[in-house]
Amino acid sequence: MSNTSTHSNYQPSHHILSVLVQNRAGVLARVSGLFARRGYNIFSLAVAPTEDPALSRITIVVDVDSAPLEQIVKQLFKLIDVVKISELDPRRAVERELMMATIRVAADDRGQVVELTNIFEGKILAVGVEAITVSLEGSPDKLDDFEELLRGYGIVELQRTGRVALPKLDKEARVRTHKNGKAS
Amino acid sequence: MTEQLTGAQALIRALELENVDTIFGLPGGCILPAYDPLLDSSIRHILVRHEQGAGHMAEGFAHVTGRPGVVLVTSGPAATNMVTPLCDAFMDSIPMICITGQVPTSAIGTDAFQECDTVGITRSVTKHNELIMSADDIPLVVRQAFHIATTGRPGPVLIDIPKDVLQNKMTWHWPTDEEVLASLPGYKPTTKGHPRMIKEAARLILDAKQPVLYVGGGILKARAAEVLMELAELIGTPVVTTLMARGAFPDNHPLCLGMPGMHGNATAITAMQKSDLLINLGARFDDRITGKVSTFAPDAKIIHVDIDPAEQGKVRRPDVPIVGDCRLVIEELVKTIREMLASGDTQADISDWKSRVSGWQEQFPLYYPPNEPGEALKPQFCLEKLRDLAPAGTILCSGVGQHQMWSSQYWHFNEPYTWVNSGGLGTMGFSIPAAIGAKVGCPDRTVWAVDGDGCFQMTAQELVTASVERIPIKVAVLNNSYLGMVRQWQEMFYEERYSEVYLSPELPDFVKWAEAMGCVGIRVESPEEVEPAIALANSINDRSVVIEFRVDAGEKVFPMVPAGYGNDDVLLHPNQNERREFLR
Repeated sequence: MSNTSTHSNYQPSHHILSVLVQNRAGVLARVSGLFARRGYNIFSLAVAPTEDPALSRITIVVDVDSAPLEQIVKQLFKLIDVVKISELDPRRAVERELMMATIRVAADDRGQVVELTNIFEGKILAVGVEAITVSLEGSPDKLDDFEELLRGYGIVELQRTGRVALPKLDKEARVRTHKNGKAS
Repeated sequence: MTEQLTGAQALIRALELENVDTIFGLPGGCILPAYDPLLDSSIRHILVRHEQGAGHMAEGFAHVTGRPGVVLVTSGPAATNMVTPLCDAFMDSIPMICITGQVPTSAIGTDAFQECDTVGITRSVTKHNELIMSADDIPLVVRQAFHIATTGRPGPVLIDIPKDVLQNKMTWHWPTDEEVLASLPGYKPTTKGHPRMIKEAARLILDAKQPVLYVGGGILKARAAEVLMELAELIGTPVVTTLMARGAFPDNHPLCLGMPGMHGNATAITAMQKSDLLINLGARFDDRITGKVSTFAPDAKIIHVDIDPAEQGKVRRPDVPIVGDCRLVIEELVKTIREMLASGDTQADISDWKSRVSGWQEQFPLYYPPNEPGEALKPQFCLEKLRDLAPAGTILCSGVGQHQMWSSQYWHFNEPYTWVNSGGLGTMGFSIPAAIGAKVGCPDRTVWAVDGDGCFQMTAQELVTASVERIPIKVAVLNNSYLGMVRQWQEMFYEERYSEVYLSPELPDFVKWAEAMGCVGIRVESPEEVEPAIALANSINDRSVVIEFRVDAGEKVFPMVPAGYGNDDVLLHPNQNERREFLR
């Protein structure tokens, strides 16, 4: 599948912020409220606890056309509950996302959807008389392609998780980390 | 030690341990438990007439003392009444602690009587806020709140406490500094400037031919007025003080140019425009200062010192950003410049620049037409008389509008912490409660509140608080029967189509109203009455005094940089317009 990170002159309009926060009531509202108030756009957002139950990780894909990334990061850092922010350049990160979709498909055509799912290395989760539910985990681009192909059959429901990301482990991996001594 | 206290007792004890001596507040259902142990406390409680008043009093108190103002109010409408002062304090970086009652934990989310989502509502107008769900957490959250409110860029912190949490028993424990810091892993403000950046700044300063020190409220927050004087005199550079920084550098100092911005004086505005180096110390390139950003100080390099990293590059990209506390950074800057000079470096000659600047000062003093016999009083004249007759050390508070701008223009602020106003949010009605809070913080000083007739009618009821609590302040109402600043905009930019700005010439009767609130009321209508009235007000110290000055509604604030204009297009007083070319 296509991988944008191979194109060196590609300028992504999104950036991934991996934000480590204290795992406390209201912290997601603080983060999303900040984005809303300052007019920053979010493409997607995923939240879950980390290996340390006191901390959660919020993975935010931000639209860097809506505001300079530097301002977004600095404003985020002013939130008392934000402990650490890592900026992941999509060209230097591995990104994954999960998608589930229910497709309306008659028994005669079901085989086509199953074949497509197998080609993409997805999973069949449930089969009904006139519908089938499939899942696919992979890079967001791969999910985009799969979604596009499924559209031809008639999507009943589709849910994507928003991406999560970690830095690549190759030599070029460079994560800009902001930690301590930067908040105000 | 296993001392058992109620949450309410723990709260009051925690406030005492944070050296709180005054609380501004008003009780109600959910905060009732906290008001009981208050009876046995050394803390003075000032009972206000409206929660917004308590908030602005806390701000006035914090402005003049540098200590956080503390507010105690109940849930629901009391919390929503606090939104304005919290936002005001947030915009102007004022340390404040607001404690609100909340419905019992079991009722949260049920739309209970006087329930509202206080932390949700105040999230974007506080530096931080917290809903306490267990009485055991009270001491730590109070300590965190004071730490957050007073360090880094100061600001308001709100603590929301449900009624049952105040009633429940807890085991008393007073957290150590280490415990407080460990509980805030994401909060470590940078106070010391980067040495390399400070060196680069020193280099730019020595090389600049047309430098200006652009001084903001951060100087006052950092208690940096003295070291600012040292820097200014060391490099002999002109200083402009923003609305929030009036008094941070004395107006009577030869290097002081006064206030820049939308209603700044022509010299301060133009010096910034023409400078080749702006040394921004604790200011934030507010839109009221820069005018149209793309034409602001086009040839200036920028040194920007601010404790908040998010201010660096927010509006104007600095050539040398320095994140840190203004006092610590300026101290290092002074040291670095002295070392460079001692080792043979020299400062560029700025005498031509300074003579150009003083040329502007001669050509463009503040101007207003003299009082004409039989005509209405000039408001600027009243302010000049108030200034000249003010006892030493007088603190001046103001509301928002024309009277605020004239106050900033015509007063001579020669010491720090003598000017209290609402700069960022522009909150009408700020002055009277803020003046009361300032008087509580500095009881030995004279406190004058300058107000407009529009502002006065928003918060005047707090003069009852002042009378009952024996906090004597002095109020000058510049009554032009209009929402004057809005009237000015309608006259200048809406073809004199006056829409909903005319209040009333006779109503309310300010003198009777003042008397009804336990104050002395005085009405002044002609120039010869001005001085005796002010002298009388200054001589009364056992009660508050309100002087109503009936002033000319046609007077406008000049100079003016209209919204959307660049600073080069500043509108001068019509009398000075023919001299415009001197500003080049």
